[in-house]
Amino acid sequence: MSNKPKFAMYWAASCGGCEIAVLNIHEKILDVDANFDVVFWPVAMDAKYHDVEAMEDGSILLTLFNGGMRNDENEAIARLLRRKSKILVAFGSCATEGCIPGLANLSPVEELFDIAYHTVSTNNPHNIHPQTSFEVPEGTLTLPTMNPIVKTLAQVVDVDYYMPGCPPESHQIAAVIDLVIQVLQGKAQLPPKGSYIGAGNSTVCDECKRDRNVKTITAFKRIQEVAPVDPKLCILEQGVPCNGPATRSGCNARCPTVGAQCIGCYGPAEGVIDYGARLITAFASVVDAREPAEIEAILDGIPDPTGQFYRFNLADSLLRASTKAWKKNGH
Amino acid sequence: MSEQFEPVIVGFTCNWCSYRAADAAGTARVKYAPNVRLIRLMCSGRLDPTFVMKALAGGADGVMISGCHPGDCHYIEQNYKALRRFLLLRRTLKGFGVEPERIKLIWASAAEGMRLAHEIDSFVEEVRKLGPLNWPTWKDDQHKAEPVMEVTA
Amino acid sequence: MSAEEKTPKEKIGVYVCHCGTNIAGMVDVVGVRDWAQEHLGKDGVVISRDYKFMCSSLGQELIEKDIKELGLTRVVVAACSPHLHEKTFRTAAERAGLNPYLTELVSIREQVSWVHTDKAVATEKSKSLVAGTVKRIVYNEALEKLKVPINPNTLVVGGGIAGIQAALEIANGGFHVYLVEREPSIGGHMAQFDKTFPTLDCSACILTPRMVEAGTHPNITLLTWSEVMNVSGYIGSFNVTIKKKARFVNEELCTGCGICMEKCPLKVIDDVYEAGLGFRKVIYTPFAQAVPKYPVLDKPNCTYFKNGKCKACEKFCPTNAIDFNQQDETLNVEVGNIILATGYDLFDAGKVTNYGYGRLANVFTSMEFERLCNASGPTNGEITLRDGKTKPESVGIIHCVGSRDKNFNNYCSTICCMQSLKFAHIVKERTGANVYEFYIDMRTAAKSYDEFYQRILEEGTLFVRGKVAEVTDAARNPGEEGKLIIQVEDTLAGKQRRIPVDMVVLSSGIEPRADAKQTGKLFGISCSSDGWYIERHPKLDPVTTMTEGILIAGCASGPKDIPSSVSQGAAAAARVLDKILQKEVELEPIRASVDEAKCSGCRICNNLCPFNAISFIDDLAVTRINPALCQGCGTCVAACPAGAINGTGFSNEQIFAQIDGILMAV
Repeated sequence: MSNKPKFAMYWAASCGGCEIAVLNIHEKILDVDANFDVVFWPVAMDAKYHDVEAMEDGSILLTLFNGGMRNDENEAIARLLRRKSKILVAFGSCATEGCIPGLANLSPVEELFDIAYHTVSTNNPHNIHPQTSFEVPEGTLTLPTMNPIVKTLAQVVDVDYYMPGCPPESHQIAAVIDLVIQVLQGKAQLPPKGSYIGAGNSTVCDECKRDRNVKTITAFKRIQEVAPVDPKLCILEQGVPCNGPATRSGCNARCPTVGAQCIGCYGPAEGVIDYGARLITAFASVVDAREPAEIEAILDGIPDPTGQFYRFNLADSLLRASTKAWKKNGH
Repeated sequence: MSEQFEPVIVGFTCNWCSYRAADAAGTARVKYAPNVRLIRLMCSGRLDPTFVMKALAGGADGVMISGCHPGDCHYIEQNYKALRRFLLLRRTLKGFGVEPERIKLIWASAAEGMRLAHEIDSFVEEVRKLGPLNWPTWKDDQHKAEPVMEVTA
Repeated sequence: MSAEEKTPKEKIGVYVCHCGTNIAGMVDVVGVRDWAQEHLGKDGVVISRDYKFMCSSLGQELIEKDIKELGLTRVVVAACSPHLHEKTFRTAAERAGLNPYLTELVSIREQVSWVHTDKAVATEKSKSLVAGTVKRIVYNEALEKLKVPINPNTLVVGGGIAGIQAALEIANGGFHVYLVEREPSIGGHMAQFDKTFPTLDCSACILTPRMVEAGTHPNITLLTWSEVMNVSGYIGSFNVTIKKKARFVNEELCTGCGICMEKCPLKVIDDVYEAGLGFRKVIYTPFAQAVPKYPVLDKPNCTYFKNGKCKACEKFCPTNAIDFNQQDETLNVEVGNIILATGYDLFDAGKVTNYGYGRLANVFTSMEFERLCNASGPTNGEITLRDGKTKPESVGIIHCVGSRDKNFNNYCSTICCMQSLKFAHIVKERTGANVYEFYIDMRTAAKSYDEFYQRILEEGTLFVRGKVAEVTDAARNPGEEGKLIIQVEDTLAGKQRRIPVDMVVLSSGIEPRADAKQTGKLFGISCSSDGWYIERHPKLDPVTTMTEGILIAGCASGPKDIPSSVSQGAAAAARVLDKILQKEVELEPIRASVDEAKCSGCRICNNLCPFNAISFIDDLAVTRINPALCQGCGTCVAACPAGAINGTGFSNEQIFAQIDGILMAV
């Protein structure tokens, strides 16, 4: 049996992008292999849940847990891996803040099923509707139950560290792996519990090379209305709502560098308790109008503020879900 | 006998105009609905949308924001920023299903104690008609699985 | 261990005041005290007390004793408004060795006991407010006031009687004053009056010695025909830009001989000093006793400036003082304090169309009448009709024109009753005409004022109590032909009256200056809904404003008579002298600062500060806030998308905690 510290990675309600990001560390994956014993990683190996249950509590040194808490299986495995892991990292935007799956919190679960299975664009002639259990000759098949709202990992289990990003940038993942290896070798200290790792201390504007000036917004536009985007000037100043000012740094301003507005996948800056509120206040403060009618006209340029400001962060915001979602879901 | 729903409203007032208006209402013994609990800020420009969301998520049925009349702000023009934030906040809250009538922006000068009292009374009635918001606190968050061993940083 | 069950790190004392029965009558004070002790212990409350009058010395001693003996680190007092006693309790805590910013006062009087009617509900609300402040105060920081030096120079804006008084008092105190006046001479409206009530002193006789004193005082720099263009800075160091308009007269050479005025061939209507009744030359001093004596050339009306001809003034000036090439001058002065004594405008009586001003020739405004009475006025002091010759045999004086009137100004202009009585006296004295006064109430409330009213009653003026409905020239019977008929309900007699007179004098109300609001903005002070400058406290602090370093005096803050304006000018001067003598002023430490490590340089906050406290440091690509310029509004704190700006005294942590406390189940 290997003496190397144990490593696990799991995906709950996610897209698989975090796994790809880890694989994108390229040769560095060999360092992972050299320093860890990978005991559970559904995308890469065939270990089963019962293998994890059989492990001693706390025996997995490091678990990178990505994906949100959408159904009871996600939550069960979250609790399982929490028991079995010494260090549990909420890896990626889904686990840290709900990410895109979290947007489902704007609708009740039945409505989600209706749209997925019964709208006119779905070919569902037998009117199949998902069930949590179904009898077949061989026995009962079960599916996990959808929880009323999507939760973040930390809303379900105690989390040690957070790595933001959709996905976390590969260079940041590599840096974290290096850090953990250094810690194992006694050459470095772990940061305080609860820290955000693999990310910066400021916001995307800190890493963005574009010129910025005093801001006076007279209109909000979609990027295709502005195209071609001026490569040197701040994207927000060109009228496109760029979430960079409120989004944690660490990604090297990847999107603004190539002419796309930041959509906020690295989540809020350190200490911020509601990401969307920061965008509301920042954008509104620089709108260049005083009369309510003029202001409203400019704000019409952001037709879906809830989506624009909470695209990644809804499940972790102060309100977390819409009244439609939680009222219909039995709260 | 059914008890009338008594809304709980958090009010943010600015130190110079609207808080003094509330004081003026008090000194003049003007009576008004007790449903609003005031928090004093130096200026309506300090109003962070986070405060409104925290109040709504924390049990408030409505939030009132008051500041100096446009043009009369003690800090010259910060109430305009409050106005812009209020308008964008209201739109965003709509996406969460929070009725726009649950948050209100009122301008009141230090001399308008009576008027502030009337505004409070009418806002309380508006929120009463909307009914309780009762934003859930997702108490099951409290029963989180704890780590078995501490991570020593 | 879960994060919620931390040992509280602060020791908080809660003090609930009865305020006699003011609070205790509507709030169960003892109940709030007990509740705080029982339920807020986990937030750090170690002692909770109640007392009849917390602001009394015994009440304060309770706090001081607990700080010393129990080692309190925070104090919450639930009593009256912080605007009344926050300083009292902060000072008490400071005496016991606790930083004053670790004490908070929450109002359960103005905000609860005085405004609600259900004791149970009021008590619950009080508990929530106390809980909010207790939770908040945990996050208060020990702050130190900022000390800034005071520049001993003062700017007084407005050279009327209030401004002159203020300037003289400060100058006599040994400190320098810049007295700025937009007209060519100081003196203000008082220089236009004939006599002043109740003494019937000649206005010019009592005013001009003061004007001369101000004009020759070594500590006063008189800047007439000048206006303030810009103000920046803060108390102790204001930087003011003043535009000295071109007089086209060289003040170094002019001796004030007046030959230029004599020889100027062109007369224009003087609608400032003579209220439109008289004329002045194009090069002129507004009146004979003008200070300074240098005339001013009215460029828009000057023949030379219009078509290059004339120049009579230049030809005849014995000292070559006329300078057609003179330019406006801009000066920058540095002052520590500013007093605004900008006075009033007269209400435009033409707006009250039923009184016929402007349409009926012999209807006069009060200021026009003053000029008629004045010996140096357009009729040399003869009271005549509009034709300048005919003496009236009967005069009607109408009170409250434009005042106490929801259609115009709701307030009472204070001085018009006495002014109307004065007019009645002067008419009787000089013409023997019949005088009728039409009033709503007689407001003669100051020293010797009512005695003056009684004297006028004895002199034979007839008083009719009623608001005049109309002044008309439409005669209904031969007796009314050629007269102005005043239609009024005589409320004491219970009849309608039509009283024919030769002349009607409208006691027009007074209003804030037309540009008061813009002026206020320049100095950073606000106006009430009526347009008067707002004082810090209507009863206890009438000459300071909410902006430190900017004071107000005279009619700029509301209608008042000459003694009151003089008192306020002196009061403002005293406040300024007290600041100057302290050499330093302490600024409240409620201000913002940027955490430069967190700041991303997004510049969203950069144009949010009207005080120019926010600047962008290009080479570091971060924003920085100047603590001396920052006024502590918190707008940038709320705007920062990175949460990189901290606001002391009203931090996010403090406010989040207060929201939690206020919504706590009680």
